[in-house]
Amino acid sequence: MTARTRELVGLVLAGLIAGTALATVTLARDAELSPSALTYGGLFLALYLAAHVVVRRTAPYADGALLPLAAVLTAFGLTMNYRLDPSGGRQALWVLIGVAGLCAVLVVLRHDYRVLESYRYLFGVAAVVLLLLPSAPVIGRSVEGVRLWVDLGVVQFQPGELAKICLVVFLAGYLREKREVIAQGRIKDFGPLLAIWGAAMLVIVQTNDLGSALLNFGIFLAMLYVATGRALFVAAGLALFVGGATFLYTAIDRVNQRVTIWLAPWTDEPVYCSQTGELLLRQDCDSYQLVKSLYSIGNGGFGGTGLGEGIFRAPDGAELIPALRTDFIYSAIAQELGLVGAAALVLVFMVFVARGMRIALHAQDGFSKLLAAGLTFGFALQTFVIVGGVLRIVPLTGITLPFVSYGGTSIVANFVLLALLLLVSNRANALSRT
Amino acid sequence: MNRQIVRLTYVALALVGALVVMTTYWQTWAAAGLADRQDNAIKRVAEFAVDRGLILTAQPRARLARNRPREVGGKTLYFRAYPQGKLTAHLVGYSTVGKSRTGLERSLNDYLTASRANLSTLVDSALDELRGKPIKGNHVVTTLDLEAQRVAMQQLGDQCGAVVALDPRTGKVRVLASSPSFDPNLVEDRFDQISNITARCRNPSPLLNRGSAGLFVPGSTFKVITAAAALESRRFTPRSQFTDPGYCLVYGRRVNNFDTSRPFGRIDLETALVHSVNSVFCNIGKSLRAKRILDTARRFGFYERPPLETPADERRPSGLYDDGRLYYPEENPDVDAGRMAFGQERMLVTPLQMAMVAGAIGNGGRLFEPQAVARIVSPRGDVVLRQRPRLIRQAVSRPTADAVARMMRLAVSRGTGTAAQIPGWSVGGKTGTGETGVAGSNTTWFIAFASRDESSPAELAIAVVLENQAGTGGATAAPIARAVMQAILSQRGNP
Repeated sequence: MTARTRELVGLVLAGLIAGTALATVTLARDAELSPSALTYGGLFLALYLAAHVVVRRTAPYADGALLPLAAVLTAFGLTMNYRLDPSGGRQALWVLIGVAGLCAVLVVLRHDYRVLESYRYLFGVAAVVLLLLPSAPVIGRSVEGVRLWVDLGVVQFQPGELAKICLVVFLAGYLREKREVIAQGRIKDFGPLLAIWGAAMLVIVQTNDLGSALLNFGIFLAMLYVATGRALFVAAGLALFVGGATFLYTAIDRVNQRVTIWLAPWTDEPVYCSQTGELLLRQDCDSYQLVKSLYSIGNGGFGGTGLGEGIFRAPDGAELIPALRTDFIYSAIAQELGLVGAAALVLVFMVFVARGMRIALHAQDGFSKLLAAGLTFGFALQTFVIVGGVLRIVPLTGITLPFVSYGGTSIVANFVLLALLLLVSNRANALSRT
Repeated sequence: MNRQIVRLTYVALALVGALVVMTTYWQTWAAAGLADRQDNAIKRVAEFAVDRGLILTAQPRARLARNRPREVGGKTLYFRAYPQGKLTAHLVGYSTVGKSRTGLERSLNDYLTASRANLSTLVDSALDELRGKPIKGNHVVTTLDLEAQRVAMQQLGDQCGAVVALDPRTGKVRVLASSPSFDPNLVEDRFDQISNITARCRNPSPLLNRGSAGLFVPGSTFKVITAAAALESRRFTPRSQFTDPGYCLVYGRRVNNFDTSRPFGRIDLETALVHSVNSVFCNIGKSLRAKRILDTARRFGFYERPPLETPADERRPSGLYDDGRLYYPEENPDVDAGRMAFGQERMLVTPLQMAMVAGAIGNGGRLFEPQAVARIVSPRGDVVLRQRPRLIRQAVSRPTADAVARMMRLAVSRGTGTAAQIPGWSVGGKTGTGETGVAGSNTTWFIAFASRDESSPAELAIAVVLENQAGTGGATAAPIARAVMQAILSQRGNP
């Protein structure tokens, strides 16, 4: 079976999963099977089949597992978003745009994606600009004290998601060029390292967002390690980051508060509530979101409540868990599908990561290896940071779960990431055939 | 670079794999702990899909809490209704979506939702769940005497106070009335109406269960404990002689009797309790010193939460309080034993505790655990849990208890508590008037027990407390005690 045939079979299976899941949701809600669920399942499959045709034309030797895996993840996301807000069909629109973006990238870069390497500094500048954009006056938007959004009037987006990809492209080009020099470990070559560390700290200060700083700095360290093979750099970088973050922890209230919530979400005695200034139990105030989300996960138990049967609202319709479709989509999935379903979802992420890393291994030039490894590690780290935050492994930060969370920029950015991985694997496999 | 990429792959997979581990932790090991948390609104809402067990009284069979099923979003949810309204609000509590739970609704939630049960009911509920039927909870049968409870609430009227009555031979609680009360049916949607009440006291707090969580100055009712401590010390007998000048000197200051115009002169301990002579108990207190009296109080259950099925934070321990905290003196001189001996000096007690004291005295010193639940029954009628009488301890020796009981009987037959006499029953009681120094704001008490004759054990014990009173305990609380006791005893032709 060729990679494309495997992809086709995988996509049909993903379509079946999406159709069944949507049908279950409508069944639980209306107690009857509405034909619209099947229509949605059919449209979902048609969209991915279109993408499949484009891949067949532009990257015929690309890895056959990635696109079906992404399809399954978007099926999870679409189902939960539809389940939580049946009136909001926007997520489906974003997936449509995302797939279009995937096709566009494939078509534009079909001959040789490595032209990106020659624009590496442009991507570096773009990454910094995108990261700092939300703290710019007029267009920057602050949501719950974190500056992650840009509002251009007609369209709102989270530039951090795109910045991540720009950063990986820049680092892949830059590190391929300088890896030998840096590996020698002379003091003057630590300049860029310190500069990027400084940028990460600046991002925390500017946006109050620990999550995207952790994500981008983690990507940087991982790529630095792949390029130079010097674990010492990683250790030094980690020490710098932890040191800087600890300092900022004491200096910035917002970061301090996130860490306090993480360490002790429940209190027995009333404590200062940063939202109202009163004395309240922390679980009734600052850690309200985290604690309610944990209750949602706990309520799922082993087998879950079943799709459409989870409890997210009080009988009077009031929301019990805030930000459910974005930050806490995982706790909604964990409640309705239980440990079985949540573990299956995480497993899909793991297979995606394993395939991505395999592409990096098989790629033949340094730029391609660094690009694939950086994109894949960023994908894994982002999954870890948001779900780990929900599960109280790390402090909770407001970044999205790739392909699953509601949100346009995130969906589009991850489809672009997928397109790049497909292109890298296409080239590697094509070369190994000849 | 490939070696680094392989290592990076391990790191990436380990990070994502850690998510499975932590999800497993929260959904298995930690799930029960999460479900038990008071602020777990999801669990609370989930439990509204359970056909919650009823809360009942045995005789006459009446429903204190029942279900009102309603269709919400295609599912049947079981909302609570409380047919008795204000009558049993404090013991039963409430179960709502918005305001969490209180009372038995909270402490017995696991039984009422069938999430704690024996194996056979667990299998039943698992099968129901598979069949898509609602899970049925277990029913709770209380020990309350609904008629007597009604009499108690009527007698309390718009006064602030509480009545607690129990059977000292078993600890079964017959009356647990607290006034002002609230209508638990209003909690969900019209909570603001609850505090909108008229009651004759400064701080009505209708949600407070005064019976088990209200702390009051015990006044002269504490003399029962002082007398028991005196006899237990073997330094005094009921015939010990005292001279009453009408006051007692404590740290050089006079502490007066209730009626200073009429000193008793030569008087023995028994007569001093019958007429509630402060100076005598003041001198006993100074002689015994604080810790000896407090140790006897402890034997009666002071300094620990009285065991009852209600949530722990709806019960408070009795004892000395300092700045709102329970306080046990390190050294005897830390406490004014003379004033403590007749129930002043930072001593605060709950009506439940004082009913336990009266019951133990009437029952030969045997102190039983108070119980408001008789049994818990599965939907099929099997008994899931049957409460059996549990002896806490022999609080004081039998001769001591009987001697104090005799004093209390005399107090009712010819002393301060004559208003509590019941024809055909031998009632022993003790009045109390906690003076606050402001006219019309006394805390008045009556604690009592009733037996068939002077030599048989008490079948009923009661404590009545009233806030913001102008009169004495004998005039205000004793008639209420008599009315409630009569209501219970009239059904007891042949037990």
